[in-house]
Amino acid sequence: MSHLHAWLVAVDWIPWLLGPPLAHATLAFLLGPRLARLLALPVLVLGLVAASGLALRVLELGPQVHALGGWGAPLGIELYADGLAALMLWMTAAIGLAVGCYSLAFFSADDRRGTYFWPLAAFLIGAMNALYLSADLFNLYVTLELMGLAAVGLVALSSGAAALAAALRYLLAALLGSLLYLLGVALVYGNQGSLALAGLSLEANLLSSLIIALMTLGLAIKTALFPLHFWLPPAHGGAPAPVSALLSALVIKASFYLLLRLWFELFLPAINLPAAQFLGLLGAGAILWGSWLALQQRELKMLVAYSTVAQVGYLFLLFPLASFAPGAEAAWNGGVYHALSHGFAKAAMFLVAGAMLFAAGHGEIRRLGGLGQQLPLGMFTFALASVSLMGLPPSGGFIAKWLLLEAALASGQWWWILVMMVGGLLSAAYLFRVLRQAFLPTPADTRFRRPPAMLVGSAFLLSLVALGLGLWANGTLALLRVGAPFTEMTP
Amino acid sequence: MSGGAWLPLLVLASSLFAGLIIFALPEASQRLRSSLNLAAALAKLGLVAMMLWGVYLGQQYEARYTLMPGIDFVLRADALAMLLVTLSAVLWLFTTVYAIGYLEGSPHRSRFFGFFSLCVTATMGLALAGNLFTFFMFYELLTLSTYPLVVHRGTGQALRAGKLYLGYTLTGGAVLLVGIIWLHGLAGNVEFVHGGALSNLDPALHGELVLIFILLIAGLGVKAALVPLHGWLPVAMVAPAPVSALLHAVAVVKAGAFGIVRVVYEVYGIEFAADLNLLLPLAVVASITIVYGSLRALSQNDLKKRLAYSTVSQVSYIVLGTSLFGPVGTIGGLVHLAHQGIMKITLFFCAGNLAETLHIHRVSEMNGVGRRMPWTMTAFTIAAFGMIGVPPMAGFISKWYLGLGALNSGMDWVLLVLVASTLLNAAYFLPVLHAAWFKPQQGPWPEEKPRGQFETSAWLLLPPLITAALTIAVGLFAALAISPLEWARIITLREYVR
Amino acid sequence: MTGGLFYAITGVLLFCLGLYGFIQHAHLLRRILAFNIMGSGCFLVLVGLAQRGGQVDPVPHALVLTGIVVAVSATAFALILMRQLYVESGHCTLPGEDEES
Repeated sequence: MSHLHAWLVAVDWIPWLLGPPLAHATLAFLLGPRLARLLALPVLVLGLVAASGLALRVLELGPQVHALGGWGAPLGIELYADGLAALMLWMTAAIGLAVGCYSLAFFSADDRRGTYFWPLAAFLIGAMNALYLSADLFNLYVTLELMGLAAVGLVALSSGAAALAAALRYLLAALLGSLLYLLGVALVYGNQGSLALAGLSLEANLLSSLIIALMTLGLAIKTALFPLHFWLPPAHGGAPAPVSALLSALVIKASFYLLLRLWFELFLPAINLPAAQFLGLLGAGAILWGSWLALQQRELKMLVAYSTVAQVGYLFLLFPLASFAPGAEAAWNGGVYHALSHGFAKAAMFLVAGAMLFAAGHGEIRRLGGLGQQLPLGMFTFALASVSLMGLPPSGGFIAKWLLLEAALASGQWWWILVMMVGGLLSAAYLFRVLRQAFLPTPADTRFRRPPAMLVGSAFLLSLVALGLGLWANGTLALLRVGAPFTEMTP
Repeated sequence: MSGGAWLPLLVLASSLFAGLIIFALPEASQRLRSSLNLAAALAKLGLVAMMLWGVYLGQQYEARYTLMPGIDFVLRADALAMLLVTLSAVLWLFTTVYAIGYLEGSPHRSRFFGFFSLCVTATMGLALAGNLFTFFMFYELLTLSTYPLVVHRGTGQALRAGKLYLGYTLTGGAVLLVGIIWLHGLAGNVEFVHGGALSNLDPALHGELVLIFILLIAGLGVKAALVPLHGWLPVAMVAPAPVSALLHAVAVVKAGAFGIVRVVYEVYGIEFAADLNLLLPLAVVASITIVYGSLRALSQNDLKKRLAYSTVSQVSYIVLGTSLFGPVGTIGGLVHLAHQGIMKITLFFCAGNLAETLHIHRVSEMNGVGRRMPWTMTAFTIAAFGMIGVPPMAGFISKWYLGLGALNSGMDWVLLVLVASTLLNAAYFLPVLHAAWFKPQQGPWPEEKPRGQFETSAWLLLPPLITAALTIAVGLFAALAISPLEWARIITLREYVR
Repeated sequence: MTGGLFYAITGVLLFCLGLYGFIQHAHLLRRILAFNIMGSGCFLVLVGLAQRGGQVDPVPHALVLTGIVVAVSATAFALILMRQLYVESGHCTLPGEDEES
């Protein structure tokens, strides 16, 4: 055991997080789905090993730097991983593996969608890994764009005009977001003459405000912050289940991660209270409006998609709570923890929703009665994921809520407490619309098909991770502290 | 003295793993499921007995795990915890027996018994919780594990009741959570300790502490069914009888009442709570609940609803005892925690027997039922007399100590509440008894289901008879070392003498 | 006003023009063109602002080259999606958006 541990810490895992998924993507595209399926599991397992190794390495040795191809900054590209990046990488790898297992069963070998799914999904994972490891603003732009294009391609997998429209809507929003971000990058470079995230810091002046506004707006569009969420529900709700899981759990977290980095490493000196409160206000709007719309949905996957709109709101409460002491560290931890636990819970929920759709042949919530008997483990998975999304113990969502509430109380911003309480109750209200179906009899006109065991199994494992995040918070938070902007505040 | 960490963990595990295995069992394997259920209940009872003995000898069992920096997950078996733990372990065994008989041949039993076991695990957990954080974890787990039991039948009425139940309890939970985190911010990791830990805080914080107290009591008051937060309880009685029995006697309402006891004695400390002038308002709320619940019970024709309002009223005796400053009142409140459970579970068992065997749901249908089901009605009568407070039964002991406690703490008006409540108890129970025993039967029973050689199945008959016998025994043998009263004395001693 | 600043301000104006078109138009081809104008504006800002001190800075050129590659790929992708949408639905606008606006 200690041997394995020493080996995990000794290896420089960073290249292993980039090479294999990108190679897999290329090979899958060139050589077709049969080989892609064959390679999928080894590559994804390798990804999880590499991400776990990197997390362990960061935890024990501190933040890691890797000069790509031996060329360091400013000429080459320097990669950087601290605790936050390691956690996001681990989440990507773990969810990626589960979604991969699910997709092997979901897309049959001769499914047309599968042909494109494997290269695109591998590209998506590679691009996200690259984003988390990037340490300069332009590199971040490129990875953001790569990720966005792969994600749009995945949305377009479902055939039909509706899917294409959803994909185009998503593409336009993503392009707009990245151009706004790119203009911000250009202004930063003009102002500071450097792009490396580490050495940069903005002063409080008009230009800085413009930069902050541009970059924040661009990334808020990509993260689907209310009221810029219009593109998310059709894209996430209409895509095939494994794609929805990847998009809802991971892709929006990547742009959020970038915003988090920028805000607390670049923007912080130039931030004023109203700006932070405004972002929080939009977050509150997302929580309330997203939950309200989730309550109105008839289709299961649309309900889950609107739940994502609502849950994104909690992420943005981080900004008013963590920008000013006291309570900043708790808020930072809570926000990141929410991103993590939402990732696992939402991935589990979308995957199991796909299994339910497969079993019932339709997604109309009112007619899902009887699933409790036909798909007990599936319903249980949905319930576990719901517990985390509602922020009830024991779950990662509860830890996140606890930390955010603690921050709100410590800084006296009680209005966010009200928002979080109401948001939690609303999420219970819309999630129990599905859960109550478990106790209803089967409608007469419904014939169930038994889904492959892998569909429910992989979702179940993800929901267990969401639960486990609530029980092993100590280690996770310790990793998050490595290189965090608030370590100096810890007593 | 420390007795190790494994015993409290095993107590939880015995029902947790039983529950998880039962979920996985196929619906048809009835014999295996029942044996597993009973084995788990007996194993738990054995473990609890061991732990009880250890605690009696002054040992402390503690399991601790750091969940987040500054926040521990703590299970600790102290005297107060053991009161609820023992009560739940004993009553779980009887309820399991009863539920096996009650649900014979009905669908979804794996699901039912799985959540049933989870529910008991949650109750045990919150009894053993060593701080507010741990308590909250199990408090919410209890909400989630009882919801499937409330809506078990899957009828529209059950689902509506479930919705209301969730609405009340989740809101209460959210309020409680804010109170807990607020307190955590002021005082750090608040462990339950005898006499409380807050009295040495800066007096400037006392205003905030009062607000936090209100939040905590409001959050807990939902489950304890304090008026005006009681609305879910009478509606939730659509659940199957064993669930109502569990909800009303050990699990949900007790969780609320027990939490209030913990907050008053071991978070704030009774003296500090008295200094902050928190006890009188609490006593007033409890008194209002007692009288209001009894008044509403009077007008209910549905038997289970009448019993539910009676619970609203009776559980507040515990809160009332808690708010009486002085050891005697404390004993009264604590002992009622056990007594109310034993009596109320008997009543619900009997109501379930009537419904299952003769399809009687209303008080107006009960004429002459005493001759058709004498044993069931005997148990019912004993428990009802106990509730009214007729000596030497359980309820009498509770009321006696509550009254003395009220006099000792200078709240003489509480005596009036007790008298009024006793009269009302009599007013809503005696007509039922009179109808059952002395009125002639009117027409045939709505629907008769023959079950076994006795008046009903033995699985259904034995539990209420035993708990009825317990109702008398705890009163008659109140002076014995193993009685709830003596145990309440031990707790009180450890609470006041520091 | 130095030449560099002039280019940068022109770039910002182009960006704003493109943004206006991007939001204003419903026809997808126009929106894709508007996106390209926005991109060009960005690149102009990058190159223009790097002219400070009279010395040529190679970094922005490398960045702009990369940026152009990204923009071209995105444009190609958008065009093919648009064409596919036209094949499937017979419209070159997103549902719910009117071409006349």
